[in-house]
Amino acid sequence: MSVSVRVSHRQGDFLLDAAFEAPPGITVLFGRSGSGKTTLVNAVAGLLRPQAGRIAVGDQVLFDSAAGIFLPTHRRRLGYVFQEGRLFPHLSVRQNLLYGRWFAPRGARREDLGRVAEMLGIGALLDRRPGDLSGGEKQRVAIGRALLASPGLILADEPLAALDEARKAEILPYFERLRAEVPILYVSHSAAEVARLATTVVVLEKGRVVRQGPAAEVLADPAVTPVGARSAGAILEAVVLRHHADGLSELQAGGHPLFLPRVGQAEGSRLRVRIAAHDVILSRGRPEGLSALNILPGVVHEVRGGEGPGAMVSVDTGAGRLLARVTRRSAEALGLGPGVACHAVIKSVAVAPEDVGGR
Amino acid sequence: MDWLGPAEWQAIALSLKVAFWATLVSLPFGIAVAHLLARRAFPGKALVNGLVHLPLILPPVVTGYLLLITFGVRGPVGGLLQPLGIVFAFRWTGAALAAAVMGFPLMVRAIRLSFEAVDPKLEEAAATLGASRVWVFLTVTLPLILPGVLAGAVLAFAKALGEFGATITFVSNIPGQTQTLASAIYTFLQVPGGEGSALRLVAVSVVLAMGALLASELLARRVQKRVGGA
Repeated sequence: MSVSVRVSHRQGDFLLDAAFEAPPGITVLFGRSGSGKTTLVNAVAGLLRPQAGRIAVGDQVLFDSAAGIFLPTHRRRLGYVFQEGRLFPHLSVRQNLLYGRWFAPRGARREDLGRVAEMLGIGALLDRRPGDLSGGEKQRVAIGRALLASPGLILADEPLAALDEARKAEILPYFERLRAEVPILYVSHSAAEVARLATTVVVLEKGRVVRQGPAAEVLADPAVTPVGARSAGAILEAVVLRHHADGLSELQAGGHPLFLPRVGQAEGSRLRVRIAAHDVILSRGRPEGLSALNILPGVVHEVRGGEGPGAMVSVDTGAGRLLARVTRRSAEALGLGPGVACHAVIKSVAVAPEDVGGR
Repeated sequence: MDWLGPAEWQAIALSLKVAFWATLVSLPFGIAVAHLLARRAFPGKALVNGLVHLPLILPPVVTGYLLLITFGVRGPVGGLLQPLGIVFAFRWTGAALAAAVMGFPLMVRAIRLSFEAVDPKLEEAAATLGASRVWVFLTVTLPLILPGVLAGAVLAFAKALGEFGATITFVSNIPGQTQTLASAIYTFLQVPGGEGSALRLVAVSVVLAMGALLASELLARRVQKRVGGA
């Protein structure tokens, strides 16, 4: 089931004029704050009535200004995970979780409290009050509450933004598990979250969609750095080959070995790894006597200079397309340009655990 | 408790009855008006707000007189209601109406404040989970404003118990019909040797008022414990 959104809405000086398609999986609306991400999600939720446009989930039309259709929020069969949780303070965790289920049509109640509680690790919290929960626990309950409404679409508006790094790492795997179950529209301004979760990326800038497509493709595009070049990075799909005794894990990406610090996933599991652009070094010849373990031969796809001294270079390697952030001076000295052969060097220890996720 | 005579008991019982019905019947209106003032923007909002608060500022005698000319048997509203069997003038129902009107501003104020304290984002969250507006109100808004509703009801009840000026102007001071605690105390003070009875009723008034306040405090604390914590 795919989601199709076309919205045009003016709010003061701000004009939101965006259209995108969200195929199954997680579609991340990616952009800096103020780019219109939340407005767009609220339009899908029906919390905001756009001046013009059309929104449909599968073959169900939620909003169509031309046909005069505006389905009220409570009839849209959604699950919305808000940034601040928004749990009902007067209800227990169990009552919060079952709130949406109570309103779901009988035939559509496909989720089971026991299964969801187990999946989110909140079985022991059921009789507590939201006030007694930690931030991470609250957010897991909020995800469970949305899921138990048996929605046709889950909306998530920066659900991790209010949490510290440790809590983020705790929640991310749950979204990865949801990816296969129900379409998700996920708002984020964090490049790491996008790399970890997105099936499809929709890049928003000043109320407009500037790029949309499969995550690996969009994130490896040197022109797309909506939240700054500093946090740019491409993703590689890999399989865990074996865990070595010296604390490294050997992965395989497109036939190339990739050595990373020990990953949590079992041998044989497929995962995606985010390689930050500033952790990639480019070399024309094959480097010798270098401490870095990962050296991938490839061909430059595109070079893009920014306003500062930096340049963004995308390189097609056997493992996938990588993004490297180098200085413009180096790019010129090396004569980097489309079609030029080079080697991409990735330092193993640069890949942080939160950059490795299941798929 | 034979230190209270039948006339005194009658006044106490009547006062409790009047205050109880005044509070109970005005409560839904109080919640509706508080919701309107807290959540809606509409033309004439300042006027509605002023009207609601008027009994707080007007001399009670004026409020009573306005009730008399409106709800009296020949008044525009009283005349309409009389064929339906609803009569306020010189009946205990009139005393209840006067008490309700006088307590209304206090009730609305308390409930309005609690409406304003409810985060509309919680109501949005309930809507995304499939709750219609009525269900959102019943399952989220109402439980969250409950402490305010209780506080408002107790204030209105206490005000109704002690209401004097509007009541005596509107429905007079008929023993067994419209003679409430306050008017009974007033009457006893007018007759020689009535100080004893008056003093006993004063003591009862103090006990009732304190009891109501303590009960509301306890209730509010229990509700707050259930509702709050976040």
